[in-house]
Amino acid sequence: MSQKNISIEAINLKKVYLRGSEEIAAVNDVSMRINQGDFISIIGPSGSGKTTLINLLGFLDNPTSGELRLGERSIFNHTKPLSERKLTKIRRETFGYIFQNFYLIPTLTVMENVMLPLTFYQKPDTENEAVKLLRLLGMEHRKDHLPGQISGGEMQRVAIARAMVNRPDILLADEPTGNLDTKRSSEIVQVLRELNRKVGLTVIMVTHNQDLARCADRMFEMRDGKICQIACEPEDIYCNNASPDLS
Amino acid sequence: MITKFQVAYKNLHRKRVRSLLTLIGIALSAWVLVSLLGFNHGYETSLNKDIDNMGFQLMIMAKGCPYEAATMMLKGGTGLKYMKESIMDDVAKEPEVEKTTPILMAAVFDPNKGESGGIAGYFGIEPKSFSEMKPFLKFRQGGWFTDENAYAAVMGYEAAELEQREVGDKILMPEKNIEFKVVGILERTGTQDDGTIFVPLKTAQKIFARTDEITTIGIKVKKGVDSTRLEEKMYQLPDVQIVSLAQVKDTIMKLISTAKVMVLSIAIIAILIAMVGVINTILTSVWERFQEIGILKTIGAMPGDIFKLVWMETLILCTTGGVLGVILALILSRVTDLVIRHVLPYAPSGGLVLIDLKLVLITMASILCIGLLSGLYPAWKAGKIMPLEAIRGEVGR
Repeated sequence: MSQKNISIEAINLKKVYLRGSEEIAAVNDVSMRINQGDFISIIGPSGSGKTTLINLLGFLDNPTSGELRLGERSIFNHTKPLSERKLTKIRRETFGYIFQNFYLIPTLTVMENVMLPLTFYQKPDTENEAVKLLRLLGMEHRKDHLPGQISGGEMQRVAIARAMVNRPDILLADEPTGNLDTKRSSEIVQVLRELNRKVGLTVIMVTHNQDLARCADRMFEMRDGKICQIACEPEDIYCNNASPDLS
Repeated sequence: MITKFQVAYKNLHRKRVRSLLTLIGIALSAWVLVSLLGFNHGYETSLNKDIDNMGFQLMIMAKGCPYEAATMMLKGGTGLKYMKESIMDDVAKEPEVEKTTPILMAAVFDPNKGESGGIAGYFGIEPKSFSEMKPFLKFRQGGWFTDENAYAAVMGYEAAELEQREVGDKILMPEKNIEFKVVGILERTGTQDDGTIFVPLKTAQKIFARTDEITTIGIKVKKGVDSTRLEEKMYQLPDVQIVSLAQVKDTIMKLISTAKVMVLSIAIIAILIAMVGVINTILTSVWERFQEIGILKTIGAMPGDIFKLVWMETLILCTTGGVLGVILALILSRVTDLVIRHVLPYAPSGGLVLIDLKLVLITMASILCIGLLSGLYPAWKAGKIMPLEAIRGEVGR
């Protein structure tokens, strides 16, 4: 994975939506810093703004105001929104994304899905990354299967491999276990934890499940667009389950 | 690594029936288009060939003289007009003229022909210039006479069949009671030559007392020369009439132009339907994959990549449909030929639908252009999908 020291810093970040004539601040004056190699989780009730925040941190959306810094670069600076083209460029060089609904292409095999990002953009020395990742995530034996032929947990592993194939610096996971049962959820979080520990990947995970959120180094809670850091309990049962072999 | 082409190809497999129906639509359009262009090409080529088989592009004859054997016979062999053979020299001097041949047409009443007798057509010709003009004439038996004063005859296929003559037999010219030795019998040509008896020009002039006179001069114009200019010049000659086969061709082409316009309209409608079909298929497929396309953008696809991906789907559909259409047209060209032949008032003897490589390439290029145009809008719409809208499921139509 990348050896660069990529941190994200949000300074007074704000995202306002208009509902009719009413202004709704989904993210309201949020300031936080996430360092390279951090594993943070963001929890909060529905509508608290956690997905909006992760979208802003992941450059999927432009903030209304505030500043967003990526490493030493100030990307959003109060006023001018970035074009979709510029956002895509930043996203593909820095981020990997996984979502609740996996969004795998049903007509492509597991291997083809993992390799798909390389079709559009490829960092140097990533030719064999797909095979390595599938092996790492215990999915090598399923590489020729179609998404419809594997379980939900396996689909999310494939989605993680796809997000990782271009060696991102930061992995954003929006409710990655939302469609999985408790056992599979635990396994997926273990996978993220291991990737964070073994390859120094920065992980930002949004979840509504407090038990899973406790696996992170730092846990944040969002309420009404505001954020606050809360304590973490690393000895939690979900974090101590037998982890998959990622050696 | 998986290529954009593979992704596009596999996407089309997602809704196989829909893709297949679109493909059939394009293939049918390509079939109609290639058949129509093949018809235009084939009809003109066959017509030109038929006209070339007449041997002459222009005929000069004395004013009022019937210009072909059928008319001459309908008139009972009367009404023939003559001109001086020396006109040949004036005609040959023209730079546009490649070859000329003199003909003395004559008709005699044969009481043994049919139930109550009939007219037999005799053409006095110079075998060398005449055969050069009509190189397609082939002999079933024998060959041309060589002595210009001989009493020898070459019989057209039907004339020989009617008289039951073979090479070496004698035939008697009625009215004149002169015997000719048959030296050659022609193969069937499908033209008026089949019913004609050819004799040496000098012999014919002697028998019919028309020394140094002829009825017709057949002219072959040099390649690439504007024959209308030559026609105008020929009209300067006194007491002659000009028959241009270009005029005959024009008349026939005008006759079938209505049919061509009709077929062209059908082809355009078929292409438009196929085009709408392609737009519908690709656009529907884009909306169905709205979220997926958004996700592709989050994993690194630029708007241009998405545009190319969707456009490629159109390209695959159109190329495959086009190739299938061309194959269909090649296989069914004989059937199309028969159908068109049945519908048209006049059809030349050769193939009516002529499909060659140039035509196939033109059709494929047209189908691809139309297909790519059809794919523009869906591809542009897909390229504009914002990843966040897609993730939220806000289908921004």
